[in-house]
Amino acid sequence: MNNLFYGGIHPFDGKELTRYSPVKILPPPERLIVPFQMHIGAQAKPQVSPGEEVRLGQILGEINGAVSSYVHSPVSGKVAAVEERLHPNGRMELSVVIDNDGLDTPHESVCPTELPDPSDAGYSAAVVEVMRNAGIVGMGGAAFPGHFKLQSGIGKADTLIINAAECEPYITSDHRTLLEVPDEVLFGVRTLTRALRLDSAIIAIEENKDDAIKVLEAELRGASDIKLRVLPTRYPQGAEKQLIQSVTGRLVPPGKLPADVGCVVFNVYTAWSVWRAVCRGIPVIERVVTVSGPAVESPKNLLARMGTPVRNAIEEAGGLKAGVRKVLLGGPMMGNAIYNLDVPVIKGTNAIIALFPYQTREKDDNKCIHCGRCVSVCPMRLQPLYMYQNERADNLDALRRLNLNDCMECGSCTYICPGRVNLVQAFRSGKAKLRAATQ
Amino acid sequence: MTGNETFTIVAALIAIGGLGALFGGALSAASKKFAVQTDEREDAIIKILPGANCGGCGFQGCAAYAHAVVSGAAEVSLCTVGGAEIAQEIAEVMGVTAGDVRRIVAYVRCTGAADSERKYDYIGLEDCFSALNSIGGGPLECRFGCIGLGSCARACPYDAVTIESGVARVNRELCKGCSKCVTACPKRLITMMDYGAKSFVGCSSRSKGAVVRKLCGTGCLGDGLCAKNCPGGAISIVDNLAVIDYSKCDGCGKCAEKCIRNCIEFAPPVSRVNLLP
Repeated sequence: MNNLFYGGIHPFDGKELTRYSPVKILPPPERLIVPFQMHIGAQAKPQVSPGEEVRLGQILGEINGAVSSYVHSPVSGKVAAVEERLHPNGRMELSVVIDNDGLDTPHESVCPTELPDPSDAGYSAAVVEVMRNAGIVGMGGAAFPGHFKLQSGIGKADTLIINAAECEPYITSDHRTLLEVPDEVLFGVRTLTRALRLDSAIIAIEENKDDAIKVLEAELRGASDIKLRVLPTRYPQGAEKQLIQSVTGRLVPPGKLPADVGCVVFNVYTAWSVWRAVCRGIPVIERVVTVSGPAVESPKNLLARMGTPVRNAIEEAGGLKAGVRKVLLGGPMMGNAIYNLDVPVIKGTNAIIALFPYQTREKDDNKCIHCGRCVSVCPMRLQPLYMYQNERADNLDALRRLNLNDCMECGSCTYICPGRVNLVQAFRSGKAKLRAATQ
Repeated sequence: MTGNETFTIVAALIAIGGLGALFGGALSAASKKFAVQTDEREDAIIKILPGANCGGCGFQGCAAYAHAVVSGAAEVSLCTVGGAEIAQEIAEVMGVTAGDVRRIVAYVRCTGAADSERKYDYIGLEDCFSALNSIGGGPLECRFGCIGLGSCARACPYDAVTIESGVARVNRELCKGCSKCVTACPKRLITMMDYGAKSFVGCSSRSKGAVVRKLCGTGCLGDGLCAKNCPGGAISIVDNLAVIDYSKCDGCGKCAEKCIRNCIEFAPPVSRVNLLP
């Protein structure tokens, strides 16, 4: 067990708020906003026009290049508009506004896929095709197109890791998925394993999810094709490169991808989406969202359609308490703050977290005392204090030398900093400066 | 004192003195032989220049500019800090005529931030670039306006830029025209203008009028009232924004009078805050 990654922190995890609450279906709202940009890569090409009738699962946006994804209609109804709407990233992005007719009439493309026999040569290509057509992206939050990841791993990877670490505080969406539909997740894992031409997969889970571990152990009794790997709880265990190191001991070199060290990592929810696309023919139209945080009246796990406004999800969870200061999409460590509750839930939205002022950084001291605690927690083994210094001084050569671009913005340094320096923000703007300098 | 001791002292004096004379002679010979040829005009110009090393001339500091002048690569009138006086002195050293020196000063093309709409309270690193990189491209609803975190003010070597009620202002008297603030502003709101210019369009928004009206109290709507009322026909509306052609502007101030949004400033005062004596 000495493979474990360097550094990391132990933030208050707050998962008790929602870990026992079963996933509740959030009724789709009357009006949904579905952005064409719900993934990393090129924005999907619009395929519908205002006034058109759409059905559940119909393609709204066409895949645009290799690193891109389809966008499907989450409900049936009528397209009210195709216009720029506020996106969770804070900017205006082209979106489809759909008036829901409440019938959920499925499109004819929604039907189970008959996959060829796993020994057949065309099996891998068939799975890649299913993932591509179902618009499956990395559902852990980064939203990297899944079909591209699988394609690039075939023949190259010798290890498939299923990421069930869920190390971000408050979030329990993967945890609940594992507890409630373990057999369906395992089906997806097996499909991915066979598509990668491997004998076995590893499910990596943190030890704080003891009930999920028990369920998985019971499901996997006697099975040899999926191994369960229980890891000690530490943030950021669920980061791709850190997880690979913890599970296999391999280090991903700077600037390289996991596939370069023979690993492919998929999220639990991605595996479940694969099951759903194969066995039910339903593309990615909804996802489990943890609505939590101390400033939410009754925290819940909700199954929300893509394009549901965040406001609806929060109302379903009882609304916000008085004195709420900040609402985040994603976890408190890496999530983005939103300033308008009308932004939609998208494929990468695994949580909606509301916080009180005492949990946010209201005072801006920004005094580095050179204690070096950031260095001791950085899981990428960087030197945040020097990176900060040089970013403030616009010293781009030094930033390149310090490998600023390897920073994954996990926030461990900012969390531990006794001088309350906004390190991650400085690194984000440092990266932007480097990008601007190379253009 | 015995003779032996005297000899020791004298011998040491001779040896050390002799070595000193030898090295001194060698050094002075070397300084003659390997002397770097410098133009005395260059030294003279360095003495004349203000020594601010601001880079406003486009060279790396005063010495580099002096070298460029002597080698003929630069005009004598490029020092923005020194202005006409210094240009005249350098011209005397170089034996040429200085010609006209146009004094330029910086102007911030935004006047509205104090009453403009904000998306959220920004709490973070106090510089404009970082703020623009955060959520939604910065806290200001207007995509073009000044967010007032003072990157330009910190870049100014002469304390000529200040943040007044949330928007940067340039003190035209203190400004030496080095253009440091122009490059410091990530929204490129600051332009260099002729010191003699009278009317200024205090807005950079190229959004449609209806959008501007919603977001900002003083933004240019692009309605063209100023253009219609300009006697010299110096104003045109380009992309919903008034643009003044200074070759035609005679500084009458009609445009500022007619502008219903007060976004055209006429002969802006030195500063809106009282300067300390």
